[in-house]
Amino acid sequence: MFNSAISALTQGFSSLTWQSVVMVVIGCILLYLGTARKIEPMLLIPIGFGIILGNLPLAGLSTADEGGVLNILYKSGILTELFPCLLFIGLGAMIDFGPMLANPSVLIFGAAGQFGIFLTLLLALALGFGRGEAISIAVIGACDGPTAIYVASKYAINLLPAISIAAYSYMSLVPIIQPPIMRAMTIKKERATLMPPGEKKASKKVKLLFPLVAGIITILIAPMGAPLMGMLMLGNFLKESGVVARLVDVSQNTLTNLVTLFLGLSIGASMLSGNFLKWQTLLVFALGLIAIAFDTVAGMLLGKLMYVTSKGKINPLLGAAGTSAFPMSARVVQREGQKANPRSFLLFHAIGANTGGQIGSVMAAAAMLAIMSKLVVK
Amino acid sequence: MDLSFGLTMTFWGMGITLLTLGLLILIIRLMNKIYPYKNEDEKKD
Repeated sequence: MFNSAISALTQGFSSLTWQSVVMVVIGCILLYLGTARKIEPMLLIPIGFGIILGNLPLAGLSTADEGGVLNILYKSGILTELFPCLLFIGLGAMIDFGPMLANPSVLIFGAAGQFGIFLTLLLALALGFGRGEAISIAVIGACDGPTAIYVASKYAINLLPAISIAAYSYMSLVPIIQPPIMRAMTIKKERATLMPPGEKKASKKVKLLFPLVAGIITILIAPMGAPLMGMLMLGNFLKESGVVARLVDVSQNTLTNLVTLFLGLSIGASMLSGNFLKWQTLLVFALGLIAIAFDTVAGMLLGKLMYVTSKGKINPLLGAAGTSAFPMSARVVQREGQKANPRSFLLFHAIGANTGGQIGSVMAAAAMLAIMSKLVVK
Repeated sequence: MDLSFGLTMTFWGMGITLLTLGLLILIIRLMNKIYPYKNEDEKKD
């Protein structure tokens, strides 16, 4: 009897493997980064805790444990792609498309800012990843966590934990990744280009109509992206309608926070040693970094082109804001512009390009999903 | 390497993204012409 009791009480310890210990350590590192370093704490803390819970033996809290709490969350929120879509309602309710609507030309930066996605896709294919995996890895370059999770949950569920952590980590590392590239690709004279502060504004009607019109057009062009684009534009329409303050408040705060918690926990609990401790994880992280660097390079090249064609009126730094790391990229552009010229104020234009990047990243993902769905059908 | 897939995806993916954003630019310009910003908008805000 005594021995049975001892055995029952120690079976957790005796079932520990070195792999689960490594995963628990990784979970603790994420908790440290989230709490002490404040790197994406909203996501890294739930993910870190989820990893620890999911990898403790006999706890029944990994996503592989049928009927467990986190298994239910994972199946209902991640496998159904519900969580990333819900996050997009909150994102739409937070975004102000005003600067972009007042100066729509900056939208084109949002397209250039996605070029890295496609270059990374080619790289991932060259490294031997399958089609679905290559697309999912490439979308890390969108600098857009929910989009990366949405695509990975469709086509590379085995890489989802690594992709989601890479996507969110690199989003927060944009202020470190982008500036060296921006400086390397421009001379001080170009970075110091003064642009008029945002005098132009968009009317209330245009702000209200835009999410509706853009939603309909983009969904008609690439219906596969409808869940993301539809929710993004719904959130923005709620905000711009000005008559549903409570729904806007819930979307911006309660819904986003709750879904982020559930999303992080379920992704963490899906990071089991068997699917995370492998060389592909390191490749995913490396390719994600390359994707974001390529996005910045492509954006800067377009920025330089526009600087030349506008005869020095457009600051080429704006190109770096074409990624959808919102609003980090815009802040980086503002800071780099002011370093080169203290009188420079690029934030208004950069926010416009950055919101263009948000639309561009969803559009790029939707286009890839649409093409992919046709190829799978064939 | 699945080169033809990669190139197809790059060509069409980038092309659709560029075209869609280009179309949106035209639509926004049109909407700005139809509903230009007026000072009353600021009062409504």
